[in-house]
Parts: sequence; structure tokens; C-alpha cells
Amino acid sequence: MNAVLQPVEDVTAAPPKISVRNLNFFYGNFQGLKNINLDILERRITAFIGPSGCGKSTLLRTLNRMYDLYPGQRAVGQIMMNGRNILDKSQDLNLLRAKVGMVFQKPTPFPMSIYDNIAFGVKLYENLSKAEMDERVEWALNKAAIWGEVKDKLKQSGLSLSGGQQQRLCIARAVAVKPEVVLLDEPTSALDPISTAKIEELLHELKTDYTIAIVTHNMQQAARVSDFTAYMYLGDLVEYGVTDELFIKPKKKETEDYITGRFG
Amino acid sequence: MSTVEATEASGSQRKAEYVSNEQFQKSLNAKLARQRIQDLAFRRTTLSFALFVLLLLGAIIASLVLGAYPIFEKFGFGFLTSRDWNPVTNEFGALNAIYGTVVTSFIALLIAFPVSFGIAIFLTELCPIWLKRPLGTAVELLAAIPSIIYGMWGLFVFAPLFAKYAQPFLTKYFGDVPLIGELFQGPPMGIGMLSAGIILAVMVIPFIASVMRDVFEIVPPVLKESAYGLGATTWEVVRNIVLPYTKAGVVGGTMLGLGRALGETMAVTFVIGNTPKIAASLFEPGASIASTIANEFAEAGDGGHIAALIGVGLVLFIITFIVLALAKLMLMQLAKGEGART
Repeated sequence: MNAVLQPVEDVTAAPPKISVRNLNFFYGNFQGLKNINLDILERRITAFIGPSGCGKSTLLRTLNRMYDLYPGQRAVGQIMMNGRNILDKSQDLNLLRAKVGMVFQKPTPFPMSIYDNIAFGVKLYENLSKAEMDERVEWALNKAAIWGEVKDKLKQSGLSLSGGQQQRLCIARAVAVKPEVVLLDEPTSALDPISTAKIEELLHELKTDYTIAIVTHNMQQAARVSDFTAYMYLGDLVEYGVTDELFIKPKKKETEDYITGRFG
Repeated sequence: MSTVEATEASGSQRKAEYVSNEQFQKSLNAKLARQRIQDLAFRRTTLSFALFVLLLLGAIIASLVLGAYPIFEKFGFGFLTSRDWNPVTNEFGALNAIYGTVVTSFIALLIAFPVSFGIAIFLTELCPIWLKRPLGTAVELLAAIPSIIYGMWGLFVFAPLFAKYAQPFLTKYFGDVPLIGELFQGPPMGIGMLSAGIILAVMVIPFIASVMRDVFEIVPPVLKESAYGLGATTWEVVRNIVLPYTKAGVVGGTMLGLGRALGETMAVTFVIGNTPKIAASLFEPGASIASTIANEFAEAGDGGHIAALIGVGLVLFIITFIVLALAKLMLMQLAKGEGART
């Protein structure tokens, strides 16, 4: 996917979906994120890159407050989404996570059938009839480009699928609840190149409906799929901008060193 | 053997390092022979240990069957269905004791399973860090208390309190309920089937709870996070993710507890009342298989009494075996329910 083939569209012409302001994050006494400020734009793919331990996954996990499951982890600052600060104590976590879906590094199919894997999340918030649910499951599996491969074995365990299929099942599961934002934490690092290509293609299609944030170790992947890229290092947001610009002529020396492989 | 050839090949490549190739070859062969002998000895030793267990099991079953043979010869199948147990007239029927064992264990499990489940879920999912260790240790320590202490505690402390406060309460509020009302009528004596069941529950809770906690802890955090990530509550995650993922462990832990409850002797003997009878009320005293054996073995003489005691022992063994088999069956059934894995 090269820049010339992309439809002529100003990637910056979109309202911010999530605005992060002065965000600091602590694991006990260790500060994992230092004063982060950035806007994640609606219906765009934003990639977070950087060496291990730079805080990119941490940042992602603040966006649906997954860190809240673990005592001793806390975030200070503001993350505005739909006009309210999701870090507020009054924020309902289950509702937030229903709106901000997440896909993990390793495929995590639930120990149930393929159908139920998709239906599980939907059932939590919607009361659908059998026919409506069937329709939703098919829709979600189609969205994740896996319907054709699993339509004859919906009753089989999700664990019976290959790694790449499992990951697309997890994406379908996240999409099925119709979230507004989808977070992906290194979604292809455990997959082979063909499955990776399928998922990258899928991200392009999902972009028309969802705001996507992706953490990746793979700089080529960030360059291929994202509209915006954030380079992080040791808890700092070093540089953030339109992907093509950041990769072609980074403003900061550190960013250049990292993306040209002189560091990290 | 290809590995030997490979080793020899790499050995001959290294011959320059050695004074003489022949000498090296010799020492290598000796070393390999020694390793083979060591391996063989190790394999044989561990095999013999494993076989010893089988042998022991076989020997116990054989001696139970042989010892119980006279009583089954005399009463046949009636030994299991008769309620007469009178060493004086040489009448022996095991039904009272079987009933006592099954009912007290069932009560124990009925109480212990939900409580243990709650303890395990709290410890793994909800407990603040500072409370986790003391609470976990307390549960484990509960398992370390000898059963005779539970028995004493049950008889001297629990039973009087139970008779004074709990039994009148149960009679008052449940005594008139149709179907189950009769279970809670009768004199509040403190000892009896219900007390035995409750003491057993206290004894098996630490076992079931610690096994459940251990299996809940092996659920991969990302799997739980995936469910939380869809907006599931803690209960929904436990119900739909943690439980299905750990069902083998949960069933296993429960069966471990049930096995212990079925065979528990000392604590039950203290509080069950030791009267071989079957009463509608759970407040009435009864007898379990283990308590019957413990009470009567010393005075048992010839004329079938010993054979009868060994006979009920065999029955206990069979009950435990059936419970284990049912658990396996249940697990297979559950595995089918979640869909085939290819």
C-alpha cells in the first residue's frame, strides 16, 4: 500500500475522538507515562511505536481503563471521549469497555463455540432474538473477513481454529458489540505473514466505521496501516504526527534514529 | 542407535584434541555404557514404585473382598438393603450406615461448595492485595487442623450453641414448609446428622477452596481482560470465562472434598450420635460407615461382626469409586457441551 495509491483524502480532516491531556501513569511508584498529550482522530488509524517498555501498551490500556483491574496502577490527567473524562471515578467501566473494544497480542478465544464467542459480548448489553443474533454474528464475522472460513462450523470450539483465524475471531468479537473505538495491542506479532496481511487489510476496511488505535513493534506495519503515528520512548511521547511525514522526514533526531534502525 | 553414531561422529571429528583416537573411543564407549545402565536402572526403579501402588491397591481390594465374603455369603444383596444392625443377634444390614454417610456428605457438599466457590472467587478476583496473603494462609491452616480437634470442637462448642440457637430457629421457620419441613423437626440435641454435615462442611471447605483458588489463578489474565474488554462484569467473567476454563479443576477439587467427607471418621463419630437408624429429621442422630467401624471394631468378635464391618468398609470404597467415576463422566459431558476441538 503505497501512498500514491491511497485515495486523495486529508487524513487530518477529522474531529478528535479521544483527547489525551497531561496524562501520567504510575505502576506503584514507577512512572510509566509522563505527561502525554495527543488527539486520536475519529475514523483514523493511529499507531503507537517504540522500543519495549516505552509505555505504548500502557497508554492503550488507559484508553479503556483496563489497568483498573490491577491494584497499584493509576492514571492521572484527562482522557476526554464524547465530552467527558473517562478517568473520572464516576465513569462506568463496563459501559466504557463496551464502547472501547480491545484485541490482544495473543488470540484469546473464549472456551466456548465460535458462535458463542461472538454472541457473548452482544448478549451483555443487547437483548436480541435468535434471528437477530444470528444476523449479528454473521455480520461481525463478515466484518472480520472470517465468515467464509467458519460458517459451517459455528458450533465448534473457538479453540479449534488456527492462530490467524482465532485472532480474526477476536476482532469479530470486538466489532460485534459495535464499539466506537477499537484498540489493538500488537495484534499480529504472534501470527504468520499471511494472517498478518489479512488482518492489516481488515484494519483498512474497519477504518470506515471505527476509530482504531494500534500498538505495534513492527515499523513497516505502522507505516503500512496507520494514518497517524506516535513514537514513544521511556514513557515520553517523543513525536506524533501524520504517518507519512513522520516516516519520511521525522522532526526529531530520536525518531529518525529509531525508524532508520540506528537505535532500538 | 543414531544418537550414538552421531556422538561417535562428532567424537572422531574432535580426535585431534586427544592423544589417541583409540583411547578416546574406548573411554567414550565406557561412558555411554554407564549412561545406558543408569538410564535403565532409573527407569526400572520408577516403574517399580508405580507398580507398587497398583499392587497395594489390589491387595487392599482383595483383603476387603475376602474379609467381607462371609457376610455377603450369609445375607447376600440383603446386606445392602437391610436396616437391622444388631451384633448381639448377629443381624447385619448396612443401609443405616450407608444412608448416614451419603446424607452427611451431601449436606457437607451442599454447604461447602458455594462457600468455597465464594472464597476462591474473592481471593482471586476481588481481594485487595494486603488481605490476600493472610486470608489465603488462614484457609490453608484450616486444612491443617487435625480432624479429632474438629470433632472435639463440634461436640463441646458447636453442638450446644447449635442446639440453643440454630435448631429452634430452623424448626420455627422451616419446620412447617412442605416437603422439607420434616427435615427440621425434632428435639434440638445439638448432635445428629445435620451437625455432622455442618462439621464436615467446615472440614472440606479449605480443601475445595484452595484447589479452586489455584485453578482460578491459572486462567490467563488476557482471557479475562478480553471479557472485561467487552464490558463484562466480574460475575459475568467468572460465570462465562473462568468457570468454563477451569471446570476440570473445580470438579476435581469438589470431588476431593467429597472423598474426604465420605471417609471422615473422627469428627463425624463425635457429633453424629452413633445410633444406627434412619430418621426423617436431620436433627436425629445417625451413624455413618466410618463412624460405625470406628465405634465397633474393638469389640467385634466372631460370628460375622468383623466380616460385617469389613463389608461396610468395602461398600464405602465402592461409593467413593462411583463418585470418582461420576465426576469423570460429568467432565466428559461438559467437554462435549463446549463444542468439538479438532
